[in-house]
Order: sequence, then structure tokens, then C-alpha cells
Amino acid sequence: MSSRIAARFAALKAQGRGALIPFLEAYDPDPATSMALLRGFPGAGADLIEIGVPFTDPMADGPTVQRAGQRGLKAGATLAGTLAMVRDFRREDDATPVILMGYYNPILSYGVERFCTDAAASGVDGLIVVDVPPEEADEIEPAAKANGLDLIRLVAPTTGDERLPRVLAATTGFVYYVAITGITGTRSATSEALAAAIPRVRAHTTLPIAIGFGVRTPEQAAEAARIADAAVVASALIDTLAANLDDQGRAKPDAVRKVLDQVRALAEAVRAVRKAA
Amino acid sequence: MPVLHRRLWPGARLSAKRGASWERREIPLNKPLPNSFRQGPDARGRFGQFGGRFVAETLMPLILEVERAYDQAKRDPSFMAEWRRLLTHYVGRPSPLWYAERLTKHLGGAKVYFKRDELNHTGAHKINAVLGQILLAKRMGKTRIIAETGAGQHGVATATACALMDLPCTVFMGATDVERQQPNVFRMKLLGAEVVPVTSGAATLKDAMNEGLRDWVANVHDTYYCIGTVAGPHPYPMMVRDFQSVIGEETREQMMAAEGRLPDMLVAAIGGGSNAMGLFYPFLDEASVQMRGVEAAGHGIDTDQHAASLTKGRPGVLHGNRTYLLQDEYGQILEAHSISAGLDYPGIGPEHSWLHDLGRVQYVSATDTEALEAFQLCSRLEGIIPALEPAHALAHVMQLAPTLPPETLIVMNMCGRGDKDIFTVAKHLGVTM
Repeated sequence: MSSRIAARFAALKAQGRGALIPFLEAYDPDPATSMALLRGFPGAGADLIEIGVPFTDPMADGPTVQRAGQRGLKAGATLAGTLAMVRDFRREDDATPVILMGYYNPILSYGVERFCTDAAASGVDGLIVVDVPPEEADEIEPAAKANGLDLIRLVAPTTGDERLPRVLAATTGFVYYVAITGITGTRSATSEALAAAIPRVRAHTTLPIAIGFGVRTPEQAAEAARIADAAVVASALIDTLAANLDDQGRAKPDAVRKVLDQVRALAEAVRAVRKAA
Repeated sequence: MPVLHRRLWPGARLSAKRGASWERREIPLNKPLPNSFRQGPDARGRFGQFGGRFVAETLMPLILEVERAYDQAKRDPSFMAEWRRLLTHYVGRPSPLWYAERLTKHLGGAKVYFKRDELNHTGAHKINAVLGQILLAKRMGKTRIIAETGAGQHGVATATACALMDLPCTVFMGATDVERQQPNVFRMKLLGAEVVPVTSGAATLKDAMNEGLRDWVANVHDTYYCIGTVAGPHPYPMMVRDFQSVIGEETREQMMAAEGRLPDMLVAAIGGGSNAMGLFYPFLDEASVQMRGVEAAGHGIDTDQHAASLTKGRPGVLHGNRTYLLQDEYGQILEAHSISAGLDYPGIGPEHSWLHDLGRVQYVSATDTEALEAFQLCSRLEGIIPALEPAHALAHVMQLAPTLPPETLIVMNMCGRGDKDIFTVAKHLGVTM
């Protein structure tokens, strides 16, 4: 089956623009708020959506996403609950691709095959499993493939030219370029570094390339969409949400609107960049 | 290489019976056991289904570089000679094998020996593998060292080696552990290391390891992560085991000299499992040698306050390897508990998971209370104040020795000294210092 991801990137290419991929952590700070964000993302300009699955030990994430995960777990987040969110979302939106990002142990505990079957049936399009590198791909690749789920892999500045083909061969959907050597939400790459890095990856793949880690502002998102094909924004949105929680950690009445306004501003900047079709 | 048959292995039969306790566990009832228990890991870093390299892509190239560098170093006689020189003249190896005569008489059964790794410079076995790793880091051209620590013994050992070799050192330590191991925090600072208290999670060893990995991801270009136990992504479990095997190799020679034969039983405490792996590994293919790994049962393995990953956990993936983990039904990692900060970890080295499933090593547990009793008994009878970690091993020896005949030879790894723990113990005994 042809994925929503491929269809969406093809459509954007025809329109001559890049994609905005906003991120939300499931159940942060409660199921209703994160569901409202998920429902609101496409209208605010999200082209694809990334949902973080909370894990107790997120070793690639900085403090912002760590705390979002802890709030999600406290609110009762599970893999099954995250899939239920996607199922609800799919009742109204059958076009916007949804990618789950998380760590391997909750998937292993759920059962890899059962998870891939349920994820596909719930309307998930792709998976980013941070701690399963190509060397361990056989853990999850067969089940993901059998269910038509794209396995989106991370490429880092440390991924050398000799290693790139191996990583990219194991990638489907799009390539997630990690802009910095570091954890999420800490620092940002320079335009020069990205302008040098993306052609290096592009030389080895025809897949779309998204840039994540350190993309915070509309300007940075526009730059990422110009140099690559998509910008992933996570910590900056979570910071806004976190700043709009009350003393008990509950979302204030306008928290969702503030995050969606931010997505709108990011989307406008990304859409203003014209790319060759 | 010896060909070992199932009938030689009482442990394997025991394990098959125990297998019912965890339904998804595969017990190789109709498969022959391996010809050697010393062949692991395979090229993917697996011991059976355990181990592997479950890390983010940013780290993967460096993990492969560490593997290549270690592979070359261990075959380089000058590298190994330098490590051996440091062990002899800086650490004080070989550590003695001590016949604990008063304890033996008190227990009234098997003959108990202590492998005295608490006499090493820095007071524990950790320094053995640290020196090997720091030499490797230098060989790789790395100019900054990071480490995680629980009780602080690995942190002190790493800070010590870094002082000796003039390398900047940052140690990540759970904020809870910083509180309960103040003497070691001060030691690390005296040695010139930066100690970073980690406040995420329960602020103990697991969280310190997360933070170590995060720092490494951000500083791969110049930094070497000196892991303290036989866990983490391949090649760490193998590399740390290889360096720690000096414990078992010496024990073998010393026991041959003392008794003219191999020991019958080896006992060691298990957190991540490095001191146990070091003692056990050289004996794994000796069918007559039984082995017991002692996990921390905290308040009891039937409570939710323990660190018994093998006894009460199930396989999962954390910190770069597949192994037995304490986790909930959704695969979220649970906090471990032990009076000993060094055993307070919800996972265990992957090779132990493998040996557990095969039944080659028996894994048992001792509670906080039992360890405290052993701690005091050993101090009074042998004049040795043990660390709380080997006090768990000793607690098992206290149960085991009286049930065995006097000709049975037990070696317990006294893997650390108790100076760092006297404040914790005093508090538990109601003494104000």
C-alpha cells in the first residue's frame, strides 16, 4: 500500500514547498489536551505529525522532552493509549501522515508483531525507534514492512560517508537528519553546517529529508525546509505548552490555542519558501 | 575445549524447573548446551538473545570505533603489558585469597575463602576495568572521560585513573546517591573530577547512566564513556568482563596453591554484575565449579522495593542492551531499591541473563537486613569491614556454608571495602555519628 507519507511529500513537491512536522508528546499533560493538539495541528498548518511515546528512560532526549514524557506517564500514557489517540484522529483526518517516535522497550513489551499490526490498523504511517539502529533492524523491520509501516531512520552528523548507504538502505518514508551531535532541545545547528550536511545525505538517497533537533523558530524552520524537505519542531512547542500549565500541572484554558498559534507561525514561514517542483 | 554434557550440570536441571516462573522464557530442554560457556559474545555482541547494540544513530559510529580499538588493543602485547604494570604497581595486584578461618568455624560447614579485591587501590574491583578503559581511551585519542556511578566506587576509580593520566573527568551520579555516599563524592572532587548530580527519575544509578549517555551523544568527538559494569552496548559487556577476569584468573592460581584443586563454589554480589563476571568467567567451563550470583532483595523480593532483575524481572532493552529488567507490564522501567547504592540498578549485564537462562549460574538474593547482619558479622569475626555490596554475597554464604560439608571450598568475592558505607549502616543501626 502506498503510504500517506509518500503521497504527502509528492503533493508538497508538486506545490513547490517543504513540510512542517510539529511534535507532541502523547498524554502531555493529559489525554484531552494532547488530543486537542493532535486534532488542531493540521488546521494550523502541520503537513505531517510526529507523536512522542512516553518512556521512563529517553536517552536521546533533553530535559524538555524528558519532562513531557514524565507528565505523559503520570497521566497514564501507554502505547495502547497512544494508538487510540491516532484512531480517534483518523476519524476526521485520513490524509495527514502520523509518525510515532519512541524507544524500543515499550514496543518489545507490547509485542513487536502485534504492535505493528495494531499501529497500522490505527492509522499510524511510520515509526522512529530511536534505540534500534540498522545493526538491530531485524528486530522490527519484518513486522513493520509486513504492515506497510515506514521505518524512518535517524542520520546524524557522526554518520560517516561509508556508513550512510547502510543506514539509508534500511530507511523508508523519509530520512530524519539529526542536525546536531546532541540531545533534543539543547542547541541549534548553523545554516552553513546544514547546507553542507544535507547534500552529503542527498547524494545517497532519493527519499525526502527532514531536519530535526534544534529547529525552534519560524526562521529556523523555513531554513530547514529550504535546505532539506521538512522541518521537525518539538521542544519549542513543548516549552510553550509547559509554560501554560498551572501550579497543579494542568493545562490553562488557552494553552492549546497558544501552541497552535505557534504552529501557525512556523507553517507560514515554511510555506513562504518556494522550492523547485 | 571441553565437551560438556547436560548430565554434568545440576544447575541446568534446576533452571528447567524454575522456568515455569516465567512463561515466555525459552529453556533449551532438548537442545545441547554449548561446548563452551566462554565463546560469547557473537559478532553482533549477543550472548544468546541478550546483549546487542541498542543505541541512537549518533552513538553508533563511536560504538563501532570502540569495538575496533579494543579488538586491536587486546592483541597488542604493549597495551596489555602497560595494563598489567599498572595492576601490579599501582593497584597492588594480585589481591590475596584469604582463608576466613573464624567465619568458617562460626558457620560450621564449608571452608570459606575471600578474594580480597577490597584491598585494591581505591577500595574495590572497579579500578581493574577502569585502567584498561582509560588506556584504551588514550589510545583512541580521546581527551575527556565521563562515567556514571552508583555507590561512587566506579566514579572514584575513574577519577583516580584520570588524575594519574592527566585527563579531565566528569562523573554523573544520581542526586539520591550523592546524598548517601558523601565520602565518595568528596573523594572524587579531591581527585579533580567534576561530579554532576542527576535529578531525573529516582536520581540513582539508572538515571546517572541515562545522563552519561546523553553527555556522550553531545560530545562524541573528544569524549570516552568509561562504563562501570558488564552492561551497556557491545563491546562494553565483553570488554569490562575481560578486564575483570583478572579476579578469577588469580583466584584459580591461588586456590591451586592453597588447596591443590579448584574451588567448589563461587559466590559474588550482582548489581550490573562486573565483579561476579570477573570471578566466574575463567571457571565457566569447569563443570565441578558451581556459581551463585547474589542480587539485592532490598525489603524482600515479594515487595516492590528490591533490585532483583533476574529473579523478578523479564527481558527487555535498556541502556544499549537486551537483558533482564525490572519493568511494568507496559515496558516502563521500574525503580530498583537496595540499601547498597552499588546494587540499586533495574538491569543486569547481558551475559548474566544468558547464564541464568542456561542454568550455568544460580542467581539468588539477599535482603537489606541480611546484608546488614553479614556486614557486622564479618567486621567482628574477620576484622574486615565489607562494602554493602559484598555483604549481600556474604549473607548468602552464611546461609549456604552451614549446609555443606567441611571439605567444600567456597570463594566469595570481597569486591569492596565498607569505609564508604559506615554512615549508611550507622543510620540503619540507629547510631548518630
